[in-house]
Amino acid sequence: MFMPAILYIVALVGVPFVLAFFYAVGDVKVGSVGYHFVGLHNFISVLKNPTFRLALRNSFIFTISSQVLVLIGANILALALKDAFPGRRFLRFLILLPWVAPVSIGSIGWKWILDSLYSVISWVMVRAHLVKEYEAPMWLGEPKLAMMSVILVHTWHMLPFATVILLAGLTAIPKDIPEAAAVDGAGYFRTLFQITIPMMLPIINVAVLFGTIFTFTDMTVIYILTRGGPYDTTQVIPTLAFFAGILGSDLAEGAAISIFMVPLLVIATYLVLRSAHRAEVT
Amino acid sequence: MKQVILWLVRIIFAVLLAFPFYWMLITTFKRTTDLYNLKNNPFIFNERPTLEHLRLLFTETLFLRWVGNTAFAGLVVVIITLVLAVPAAYALARLTGGWGAQLGIGIFLTYLIPPTLLFIPLSKVVALLDLQDSLWSIIVVYPSFTIPFSTWLLMGFFKEIPRDLDDAAMVDGLTRWGAFVKLMIPMSTSGILTVVIFAFTLVTQEFVYALTFISTAAHQTVGVGVPTFLVRGDVFYWGSLMAACLITSLPIGFLYNIFLDRFIEGFTVGAVK
Repeated sequence: MFMPAILYIVALVGVPFVLAFFYAVGDVKVGSVGYHFVGLHNFISVLKNPTFRLALRNSFIFTISSQVLVLIGANILALALKDAFPGRRFLRFLILLPWVAPVSIGSIGWKWILDSLYSVISWVMVRAHLVKEYEAPMWLGEPKLAMMSVILVHTWHMLPFATVILLAGLTAIPKDIPEAAAVDGAGYFRTLFQITIPMMLPIINVAVLFGTIFTFTDMTVIYILTRGGPYDTTQVIPTLAFFAGILGSDLAEGAAISIFMVPLLVIATYLVLRSAHRAEVT
Repeated sequence: MKQVILWLVRIIFAVLLAFPFYWMLITTFKRTTDLYNLKNNPFIFNERPTLEHLRLLFTETLFLRWVGNTAFAGLVVVIITLVLAVPAAYALARLTGGWGAQLGIGIFLTYLIPPTLLFIPLSKVVALLDLQDSLWSIIVVYPSFTIPFSTWLLMGFFKEIPRDLDDAAMVDGLTRWGAFVKLMIPMSTSGILTVVIFAFTLVTQEFVYALTFISTAAHQTVGVGVPTFLVRGDVFYWGSLMAACLITSLPIGFLYNIFLDRFIEGFTVGAVK
């Protein structure tokens, strides 16, 4: 009874996954006929390409920065949402919106907030005399600011997801443990750092692993906000693979670029499995 | 004191996280002259609100067409997902000796293979099936990520139903299939409903595949149509654009929100006891 489902997945995930490697060592272009094995040629030419090296570096900056921010924010937010309070459901809905609304749509909202001329953030900064009028920052037009913007928007999108995962972990901690600690004279922060956070580690692990996978392989936020610009300074591996393989019609090059995501995926998947296994054993 | 800090944290995060949606709302009803006047305070209505952007969105753009396309694709994907994932989840939940769990985890892991790795070979597959630029391209491809997640979620539901129940039903003369259809499906309606909502919201959220496979505006979904085709050249119709964003986000967000906890359980299985 599970064969049809497995066949569907094999046909549309397994086969394309293998095909990606097959393309990466060949010379396939859109509309081309025939296939020639070219070995590591595509990988070598990709590695020689300065844009690719920039994208590889950006991918790590983008993923690590946003995951650090998400982790800090989600921990604080989860602690603030843990106990019941009036209006909790409504507040939860507001807080979850960035994750539950389609990310392409949310990103367009940000594109308007970060507009070069009508940005509301710039307006506030001008009124607060932080910057002069007509010298307002080009949020998506200057390399450093653009990188910062896409990182922050992605953090905005991922924060609710991590928060809900951490909340699930927090509510699972038996109440009597922190209570016993309080009786023994431990203060709020002592309890937090010596009991709550250590007990939360497995679940924090889960949040970080999935967050890393979803961030490293995402192209939506960057595609909509900057298209990898200005001058490829926000280009990451997934966007570059899209521009080369789909828009540039060079399937082989696009496949070779995207294959560079595989090592990280394999490591993350291994860690997911290990943490799931460990939880089962204990 | 502790309460004050907690409320401060809650309010700051809620404002930061929900701000873009407030911004969509206020932009939707602002007159163009108000929107593009830098002297005006952007947080308030300096001129009377207008419905002009909404009118433009509904009468002069393909917005309704995209909504229809998305609803249709969502519906078909939900049906395909249910037909394949429900029996698979039941069978895996009943497999004896660690095999079911192993296969289940294997299926779940395929959910982690990202579209940005598969879109290049899949674009060739879609071309082979002669589905380029058709809504059917995504209808065929989307179950490849809705089935893994749904099977994983449903396995949890079926495991909660005691095995003795199907044994008793089969002793009473039902076949394995009969027990599944007459007993198990009615007993897991809440699980099935969860999967329906999920498969549907995942369809409305997807961006990469729809962007890759479909190039004609009229065949697009809301998620790609709004951010890519509502912009003409370099001209952004911000009023209508934000109206479209608001109208799309709120219902999808609302639906997803109801079932989010189940979704999260799918990720945290094993790590939370």
